[in-house]
Amino acid sequence: MPGLGETIRESQIWKSIFRHPMPVDRRNRIVVMLTNFFLHLHPVSIKKQGIALSYTWCMGGVTFFLFLVETVTGVLLMFYYRPTVQWAYTDIQMLRDVHSLGILREIHRWGAHAMVITVWLHMYRVFLTGSYKPPREFNWVVGVLLLLLTLLLSFTGYLLPWDQLAVWAITVGSNMARAHPFLGHEGPGQQLLTLGGVDMITSASDARFALLGAREVGEETLNRFYILHCIAIPLGVALLLAIHFWRVRKDGGISGPL
Amino acid sequence: MTHGLTDALFYEKVSSFLVWFYVVLAAMNGIAALYVWRTGQTKKWIGLPGGHGLGITNAVVWLLVAAAFAVCAALAGSGMSGNGAWMPSMPEAWKNFIDSNTGPVVYSLGTTVLLAALFVFRRFFTTPAVAWTILNLMLLFLGLSMTDRDFFEIVAKPDNVPIVMLILLLAFFTWLATYRAVINDDRMERGEPPLEKLDDEKVLVWPDLVYIELICMIALTAFLIFWAIALPAPLEEPANIAKTPNPSKAPWYFLGLQEMLVYFDPWMAGVVLPLLVVNGLMAIPYLDFNKQGNGYYTIKQRKFAYLTFQFGFLEIWITLIVLGTLLRGPNWNFFGPYEYWDAHKVEAADNINLSQIWWEKLLGSSLPMPPSGAGFLVQAGHILLREWLGFALTLGYFIVLPPVLALTVLKRYYQKMGLIRFMLMANLLLFMAALPIKMVLRWVFTLKYIIWIPEWFLNF
Ligand code: HEM
Repeated sequence: MPGLGETIRESQIWKSIFRHPMPVDRRNRIVVMLTNFFLHLHPVSIKKQGIALSYTWCMGGVTFFLFLVETVTGVLLMFYYRPTVQWAYTDIQMLRDVHSLGILREIHRWGAHAMVITVWLHMYRVFLTGSYKPPREFNWVVGVLLLLLTLLLSFTGYLLPWDQLAVWAITVGSNMARAHPFLGHEGPGQQLLTLGGVDMITSASDARFALLGAREVGEETLNRFYILHCIAIPLGVALLLAIHFWRVRKDGGISGPL
Repeated sequence: MTHGLTDALFYEKVSSFLVWFYVVLAAMNGIAALYVWRTGQTKKWIGLPGGHGLGITNAVVWLLVAAAFAVCAALAGSGMSGNGAWMPSMPEAWKNFIDSNTGPVVYSLGTTVLLAALFVFRRFFTTPAVAWTILNLMLLFLGLSMTDRDFFEIVAKPDNVPIVMLILLLAFFTWLATYRAVINDDRMERGEPPLEKLDDEKVLVWPDLVYIELICMIALTAFLIFWAIALPAPLEEPANIAKTPNPSKAPWYFLGLQEMLVYFDPWMAGVVLPLLVVNGLMAIPYLDFNKQGNGYYTIKQRKFAYLTFQFGFLEIWITLIVLGTLLRGPNWNFFGPYEYWDAHKVEAADNINLSQIWWEKLLGSSLPMPPSGAGFLVQAGHILLREWLGFALTLGYFIVLPPVLALTVLKRYYQKMGLIRFMLMANLLLFMAALPIKMVLRWVFTLKYIIWIPEWFLNF
């Protein structure tokens, strides 16, 4: 009698999903990499040095994994959270005090901090191994954009709990936009932008206003940051990640001495 | 966070953390001892007298260190009773010494000297035994300091915990990269290929890489869950726009920029410099024309690029973040690591602008201010006259200096890079150097602005 595991693995359903049995020989180990959607991001074979932890520190992979963790926990958090001044704070409070999934928020928050750290470490490793040199120049540029988006993701998320820590961190952070040259109402050069003697750049039309949606951090800001945090920036990251991984392969795999 | 606690409750709280902290340290050193012993790397460090060849080996030393940390763990546990007298702590006298002798100047110069020494003597500092000792000392410093309430208050603040991790991780990975670079540089000097070349046989991704990834994911998930249970996420009082906390800080990864506000106006520190950082990073592959050092750790083959990057990353970005997060308190005043964050601490702020130095101090006259309501040209004329020295210096710095560099010290770079790329690099470097230059000018001359044009919000 075949065991349960074997019955499942022999069933039509299983076989329709996984087109190959557990790869134990060389041929199947190659084929599985080519036929599985998730695995096909990888090459089939790779230089030993390219997977050495002492070389890559696995930091790009760790960053990607953290991004996935953030996506999953983030979606779950969205079930419990309403981005309005009335509810935002209490929803987070409930998450801490009432819901049994409260730990989600911790995982999401610490995962975000960790992602900022690992993305810096990844950049540090790429620099120290000179891996940005030809032919990988462009992938480094994509990486810098990813770094920027990672910081912005973290920054926009910081506002959502709507507590003192959140609003004031965002207030301090966004105050800078007030001084944007030409585009901030307290920035150098803004007085040059006038139309028929009327200032074009005022506290209700400058870069900070565009960021916050209002003169001060408030309801509009919460809405804006929520959308940026949950939709716009993650989509941008996903697109850039696709390019980043594709380029790693097209640029000849992980760098190494010639 | 701990303000509401009595001393007894505070000691209970730290003690429950420190016991585990020291247990982990003891275990780490025990494993290190086992590792050197099992892998046959035992070395005799101190010979014992008597001529029988016995001596204290490195394995014995790490074992003794482990034992010492175990004792620390037991002593730290005594705090559970609410009495901290027996907990291993930094001596009061040292704490006072550190507090009264640190400030932005000592901190900045100190980290510079430290990083420079680590770089110059990297061969010594990357020796595994030395690096391990340094790691132990760093962690010991952390443990001994945690019993101080003011230190605990700031380091154990949930959102600051990542900084501690960042410092430890950076220390570790900088060690790893430098260690390999030193070995590679030696090998290549002897004409051998770098270490990375030895591993260029191909392996199959399944199973070699897929399994590494799986194990990494499991370990990371476990770590995140542990972290999430051990440290609750902060939730302060509900937002209140009318109640400004002091200090108000941006999230920690932007505190390097906030710290720059001490030296630059927001349009520089918050807009121009960050944009230059991002663009400068993106420009690196197009400016670094050195073909060597692609795909392996090396320092010697790309010293200029290495030092420039480390200057910007470790020396400016990271150092300023640590300063801004851990050592800046109310009113953005500097506080020593064991100092109470007193909101009433006043610091003399009699900074002076370059134009004031010129007109008032040197010429003994008053500043030529444009008459109120003057037309643009009159205003501009007055401003030009008032700030001429600052304009001259700034233009000289950004416009005259690059060609001078191209013809002298950086001649080789200019010839290789061509005009546009060289000018771009020179200006990025000069902008990066503007921060330390302004810091030094502030400390030495209490200089506030080189160019001061409040009429146009243009202070530099
Ligand atoms: C969300 C952020 C990022 C993710 C998830 C990510 C992911 C990855 C992964 C998985 C790799 C494969 C090799 C490795 O793990 O080291 C990689 C390689 C690479 N990354 Fe990233 N990365 C990110 C950000 C960055 C940044 C900030 C930079 C640089 C500024 C960068 C530049 C590169 C380059 C040049 C390579 C090729 C390295 C080589 O061939 O050795 N990436 N990235």
